[in-house]
Amino acid sequence: MAFDYEKYLRPEKLPHIWCPGCGHGIVMKGLIRAMDALQLDKNSTAIVSGIGCASRLPGYMDCCTLHTAHGRAPAFATGIKLAKPEMNVILVAGDGDMVAIGGNHFIHACRRNIDMTCIIMNNYVYGMTGGQFSPTTPTGQKASTTPYGNPDPTFDIAKLAIGAGATFVARGTSYHANQLGGLISQAISHKGFSVVEVLDDCPTTYGRRNKFRSVIQMMTRHKENCVPIKAAQVMSPEQLQGKVLTGILHKEERPEYCDEYARIIRLAQGAVR
Amino acid sequence: MAKRVAFLQGNEAAAFGALYAGCDFFAGYPITPATEVSEVLSVELPKVGGKFIQMEDEIGAMAACLGAALTGSKVLTATSGPGFSLKQELIGYGCIAEIPCVIIDVMRGGPSTGMPTGPSQSDIMAARWGTHGDHPAICLVPASVQELFEETVRAFNLAETYRTPVIVLPDEIIAHMRERIVIPDAGELEVIDRRLPSVPPEEYKPYDTSFGDVPPLASFGSGYRFHVTGLNKMQDGFPTTKPSLVQAEQERQMRKVNANVDDIVTYEEYLLEDAEIAVVAFGSTSRSVRYAINVAREQGIRAGMFRIRTIWPFPDRQIRELSTRVRAIITPEMNLGMCTQEVQRCVEGRVPVQGLFRVDGEPINPDQILESLKKVL
Repeated sequence: MAFDYEKYLRPEKLPHIWCPGCGHGIVMKGLIRAMDALQLDKNSTAIVSGIGCASRLPGYMDCCTLHTAHGRAPAFATGIKLAKPEMNVILVAGDGDMVAIGGNHFIHACRRNIDMTCIIMNNYVYGMTGGQFSPTTPTGQKASTTPYGNPDPTFDIAKLAIGAGATFVARGTSYHANQLGGLISQAISHKGFSVVEVLDDCPTTYGRRNKFRSVIQMMTRHKENCVPIKAAQVMSPEQLQGKVLTGILHKEERPEYCDEYARIIRLAQGAVR
Repeated sequence: MAKRVAFLQGNEAAAFGALYAGCDFFAGYPITPATEVSEVLSVELPKVGGKFIQMEDEIGAMAACLGAALTGSKVLTATSGPGFSLKQELIGYGCIAEIPCVIIDVMRGGPSTGMPTGPSQSDIMAARWGTHGDHPAICLVPASVQELFEETVRAFNLAETYRTPVIVLPDEIIAHMRERIVIPDAGELEVIDRRLPSVPPEEYKPYDTSFGDVPPLASFGSGYRFHVTGLNKMQDGFPTTKPSLVQAEQERQMRKVNANVDDIVTYEEYLLEDAEIAVVAFGSTSRSVRYAINVAREQGIRAGMFRIRTIWPFPDRQIRELSTRVRAIITPEMNLGMCTQEVQRCVEGRVPVQGLFRVDGEPINPDQILESLKKVL
C-alpha cells in the first residue's frame, strides 16, 4: 500500500511554494517518514521555523506549527520545550536563517543540549530574498551579492554544531532521499539537541548563477561529492580530498536541559539536597 | 489575620507581583537596572514548579517567552533600554500573532548604552512605537514599589484579556528604591486567565472573529493543532496578502485595545478640583510633583497634579478635559519632551503646555517644579 503522507499534512495548504527542483519537499517527505516511523503524536509535536523558503515547511504539516522571525526559531522552540517538556519539538530552517542571523540562538541551543531536533536545509544561498550569498556559500561562488565570486570563508554546519555542544549531528542530502527519513528519526529519538544538516539544492537562485545546467546535475553532485562516514573509514586521505562526509557524524550522551531543570525544581522544592 | 508587610525594592516587588498573577515562565538576559527581577524569579519560580531561563541574548529571551506563552504559560521578561531596543522585533511578533506576554522595562538613560545606573523616563515612545508597523500598545507607569507590584499583576491581566504584549515601565528610581509594601492576600487582587476555545479542535481557528475582537487562544500540546505566523494572516492563522483581509485584521488588532480604553486607562487626580495650574506627571517624577504641590498650596498657588498611570493608551479624553478647566499645564519628565508632545496633542492649544525636562541622570526635584509653577503664574 502506498505510504499515506497526507496523514501528516494539511492538504488544503498545498501546493507548496517551493520551486521545481528545490530539495525542501524531499526533506519534508523525510520528516513525515520519520514521524510515522516513530508514531509521533501530532497533538504533542511542535514544528518551529524562522524565515525563508525552508521556514514555510511547518505550514504544510498538521501539527502545532510556528513560523517565527528570521533566525529566532531555536529561541522560540526553547521556550516551548522548557515550558512543556512532554512536547516533541522539531526545528526546520535554512542555512542563512540558522547559522547567520540565528547563529547565536543555534549555538546556545546546542550548548544547552535541550531535547529538540534541528533540520537545516543547506542550499548555500538566501533563496527567498533572491539569491544573496549565505555563510555556507562556497568561497568563489556566485550569488546576487557576490557578482565577482564569494570572498567569504564558508561555515561547516556540522562542525559548528559539534563544537557548540550538540549531542547528535548527522548530515544527509536531498539526493539520498531514502536515507533522510532514517537520519531524521534517529535524530528525533536522540535525547538532547540533535542536528541534521541536509545538503540541498536551490536551482532557481544558486544553480542558475553557478553553471549547474540542470536540476539533475545539481542533485547528482551530492552523489559525487559525498561519502558515507563508514565508507570513509577505509579510504585514504587522498581519496577523501574534497569529499563531504554523510551519516551520523557525532553522537554522545550528556545531561539534557529540561531534565536538569526538573532537578533544579526538585532542589528548590526541597526534595533533593 | 495581619497583612503581610515587607520592605522591598521595586524590582523585587515586580517579581513577586508576577508570581501573584500566576507567572510560571521567565526568560531574560542580564541588564542593569532590571537584573533583580531575574534574580528573584530564578529563586522563586522553581519553588512553584515554574521555569526560569537565562537566554543567550535579549531577542532570545523575548522569543522564548513567546514560545512558552503558546503552550499556555503566563510569561514575563525584564529588561532596560538597550535590551528593550533588541526586543522590539519580537514585541512586534507578539502584537501581530497576538500572544500574551509581559515585559518589564526599567528605564535608564539613552539612547544606546546611555547611563546604565541613571534614571530616565525616555522609553515612552519606544514602548509605543519601537516595533515597526501599526499595532496597539498597553503600557503602565507605576510610581511606587506597591504600585509596581500591583501594576505587574494588572499587566498580566491585560495581556491575557487582550492577547497582546503589555509593558510595565518603571523608571530606575522606582525599580531600585526600597519601600514598605503590603502584600495582597491571594484572591484580593483579581487574576485573569486567558480565554480558551470552547469549540472542538477541528473547528478551532486562532483568529476567529466570531468570538469577538479578542479570539480565544488554545495552547500547543492541548489537543488543538494550529498555525502561528508573523505574517499577515487569515482567521485560521495562515498567511494571506489579500488586501481586504489584511486591512480588516490590522484594524481589529488596533480596535481590540482602542475600543476598550476606559477598561485600560488609569490615572490619579491630586488636588485638581480648584486647580489653576495642572502638572501632568508619571513615575518617580510624580512624587516630586506631589511634594511641590503641597508646598505651592501653602504659598497660595492653586496647583494640582494629573498623574498618568497608564501611558498607552494615552489618557487623551482626560487630558483634553483637563485643558478646559486650568490656565496652564506643566509637564515635567526625565526626557526631552516625549510625554509633553502627547499632552500638547490632546490640549490642542487651549492652554499653554510648559515642559520641564531633565536628562542628566538626576531626578527632577520639587524645587524645580515649584519654580516652574511660579513662572507660569
